[in-house]
Amino acid sequence: MVKPTEGAVVTQQEPLKKLAEVRDLNFYYGHNHALKNINMPIYEKKVTALIGPSGCGKTTLLRCFNRMHDLYPGNRYEGQILLGADQPRNLLEMDPIEVRMQIGMVFQKPNPFPKSIYENIVYGLRVRGIKDKAILDEVMERSLRNAALWDEVKDRLKEPGTSLSGGQQQRLCIARALATDPKIILFDEPTSALDPIATVNIENLIVELKDQVTILIVTHNMQQAIRVSQFTAFMYLGELVEFNDTMSIFTKPVEQKTADYVSGRFG
Amino acid sequence: MAEGSSSIKTNLPLVLPSRTARIWRERIIASVLFLAAISSVLITLVIIYILFSETVIFFEKVIELDQMSLWQALLEFFTGTDWSPLIEPLGIGILPLLSGTLTTCFVALFVAVPLGTIAAIYLSEFAPAKVREVLKPILEILAGIPTVVYGYFALLVITPVLQKIILGVQQFLFPGREEWDYFQLPGFNMLGAGISVGLMVLPYICSLVEDALQAVPLELREGSYAMGATRIQTALSVLIPAAVSGIVAAYILGFSRAVGETMIVAVAAGLQPKFTFNPLEGAATTTAFIVSVSLGDLPHGSLEYQSIFAAGIMLFLATLFMNVLGYFLSRRYREVY
Amino acid sequence: MVHNPKLVAVLHNPVAIAESIQQRKRWEQIFILLGWFSLLVALLTLVVLVADLLIRGWPLLNPNFLPKFLSSPPSSDPEEAGILTAWVGSLLVILVTIVVAVPLGIGAGIYLEEYAPKNWLLDFIEINITNLAGVPSIIYGLLALGFFVYILNWGESILTAGCTLALLILPVVIVTTRESLRAIPIGIREGAYSVGASRWQTIFDHVLPYSMGGILTGIIVGVSRALGETAPLVTIGALTFITFLPDAPIKAEPPFISFNWLWSPFTVLPIQMFNWVSRPQEAFQINSAAAGVVLLVLTLLVNSIAIYLRYRFRKSIKF
Repeated sequence: MVKPTEGAVVTQQEPLKKLAEVRDLNFYYGHNHALKNINMPIYEKKVTALIGPSGCGKTTLLRCFNRMHDLYPGNRYEGQILLGADQPRNLLEMDPIEVRMQIGMVFQKPNPFPKSIYENIVYGLRVRGIKDKAILDEVMERSLRNAALWDEVKDRLKEPGTSLSGGQQQRLCIARALATDPKIILFDEPTSALDPIATVNIENLIVELKDQVTILIVTHNMQQAIRVSQFTAFMYLGELVEFNDTMSIFTKPVEQKTADYVSGRFG
Repeated sequence: MAEGSSSIKTNLPLVLPSRTARIWRERIIASVLFLAAISSVLITLVIIYILFSETVIFFEKVIELDQMSLWQALLEFFTGTDWSPLIEPLGIGILPLLSGTLTTCFVALFVAVPLGTIAAIYLSEFAPAKVREVLKPILEILAGIPTVVYGYFALLVITPVLQKIILGVQQFLFPGREEWDYFQLPGFNMLGAGISVGLMVLPYICSLVEDALQAVPLELREGSYAMGATRIQTALSVLIPAAVSGIVAAYILGFSRAVGETMIVAVAAGLQPKFTFNPLEGAATTTAFIVSVSLGDLPHGSLEYQSIFAAGIMLFLATLFMNVLGYFLSRRYREVY
Repeated sequence: MVHNPKLVAVLHNPVAIAESIQQRKRWEQIFILLGWFSLLVALLTLVVLVADLLIRGWPLLNPNFLPKFLSSPPSSDPEEAGILTAWVGSLLVILVTIVVAVPLGIGAGIYLEEYAPKNWLLDFIEINITNLAGVPSIIYGLLALGFFVYILNWGESILTAGCTLALLILPVVIVTTRESLRAIPIGIREGAYSVGASRWQTIFDHVLPYSMGGILTGIIVGVSRALGETAPLVTIGALTFITFLPDAPIKAEPPFISFNWLWSPFTVLPIQMFNWVSRPQEAFQINSAAAGVVLLVLTLLVNSIAIYLRYRFRKSIKF
């Protein structure tokens, strides 16, 4: 039985605030019904982990949040993902570009652009047409500091982003996502291509970042979910089986499927 | 036991083919195939041998006829602006042929590079699957049209249209003169030929650039879209830098093809060598010169005969250089991703 | 979280966001128009080219005249001049090309893909083939002039022309053969080896038949290129006035087959077209256009077979 660690304990002092909510979400790849009636909240400044066996739809769900599926023909959404507490707007009816300007994403494999480190970070501002050097410099430094990369790269900002090591590249991608101050950052198995030391660095970074930004992370590593997240959603065959605070999911799951999965009986 | 063995009796031959025979057969086949593979190297060697040996004879004859040293002859060859090896006094400066080649090629690239690149970005990043399915075969058809037909197009379609346009512009800018007072575009001109060469290499450049863009990994595209970039922003600031070596290779290979193009310029650019970079004039390219000499009676061993090899070697070396450069550039982008 | 008010204004102001999106979408629209324009240029070239050839060549192409155009030899009288010797010449030259290029190209492809050890020699041959594919066709003409015509003393014959074009299309055949062989999964080879087949049996009985579609496509692409090629044949001196047909390959009396035609002088369609288009008399432009139509129909026909085959085999063969 896995024991939850410190990071997973939900502090009861501050009240939880919903930042987003998924309502009756269905998603189709052509005729393939990939997500079935998903309902779940996303809490502000918390890390929510999506876990489940491969093919369960966790990455599909994640990619609904920034409308990545719109890049390919034949995909269809039904239902709502409401963003914002006061005047919620349905993400699925907004312009995808507007959605992506507010919701960042970090991918499985580090994917720095073939540009300098500096240009990688300010890319999100450049695409909005921001040219003011003072703003770019400020954002760049803040993002790199937040991504715990500033000290390592501050003297080599002109070098290509691809010259960094794998773990550094992934932190660069996190800094790039942070630069535009998104409401949510989506992490799609961010450590699956990294070595153990780089993985620890990224996990620590995620724990630190949750004070600034809401995080949604897909992981197939249950230990990782326990280490970094406060809430966990367990998915199976396109359905959301159980959503709860992370400690509860791993110590006293309600559903039998969840219990089987977290205890390693399948998946 | 005996009964059992007779009941599963098969028709396998009692004597298998000899092992040595089999091994020898395999060896012979491998050798024959090796010879076929090595033939491509032989072709290159024969090309180089023929071009060099005839060029050496060309220089020997020039040296003898003009009473100059080898260095003078080579200097004259590379810096002279008069190419008339067929008439006395001999002009053996290659520059007029190079100027003609470069001028038509630049006109061609001026047409093909922007149009080909934009079309490739559109096809690779914007066009819906159905549009691609229709357009790609059309581009392939365009690439398959014999070049002599493009030559016809340059001479009988493009040039007359250009003549009308140039006249019209002049009449608009300086009205009130008689028609013959205006500049007349000659029937043989490098502009029309160059445009036609450009249209010919357009599909080629387009498909190579598209290949280079397609080779950019999906993660980079998605990374850019995830930052809220539009398709055009993604293409211009992520995909093109990522595919730059492949795109440059496409331009170089397109240039190489334009340099080697023969029939279009032979039909439409004129056959008279002339040292000029003005596309509104007619001038022979290196390839057109070879054709023009071949059209006449070409006695084996005459200076005319050798002169086309001397021109050919320039062409061969220039395209060889560009092809090897293009090969390594495009191999690099395949290695990176 | 960003607190700098100036930054909040640029990053989170809904009006600024909406404006930025709208502006960027406008750029995207402009680019799409540019893309359409570029492709339209290509398309228009094709349409205008074909239309011009058809309209100009119509006097000779209409059903009343076409049989005569196809069955007359060239003549100094434009109305009499036809393309009989040209299309017969084209067919015979292409026949030689195929006979030479196909075994050589497939053999080389098989060796490089199935036999060759991965060493510097393979690298060298590869670079060499890539380079040969990019050598201007007129250089092959010079090669043929120096080698076939004078060193081997074959003269300006169909054999010379066919071999020249065979060398020209050899890289295409080799490269497509290799690509098709590479597309055959390793399991098929291992399956054949596991039942005791030798290397050549594996290739000949299994690998080669399964990759025939792709190889065929490569051959056809090469043939369509050879059909339209003019420059190397002009260089070997083929631009002559040919009014008679080569010796017939099949005879009434034994031994029934004759190879005399290999040595006869010839003309081909693109050269005939070049000949007519470069004449000063305007009347010959009609002949030129009509020959262009026939040439275009022929190459497009061959090409479209290749395109069709390629799209059919796309699933199994990655180009």
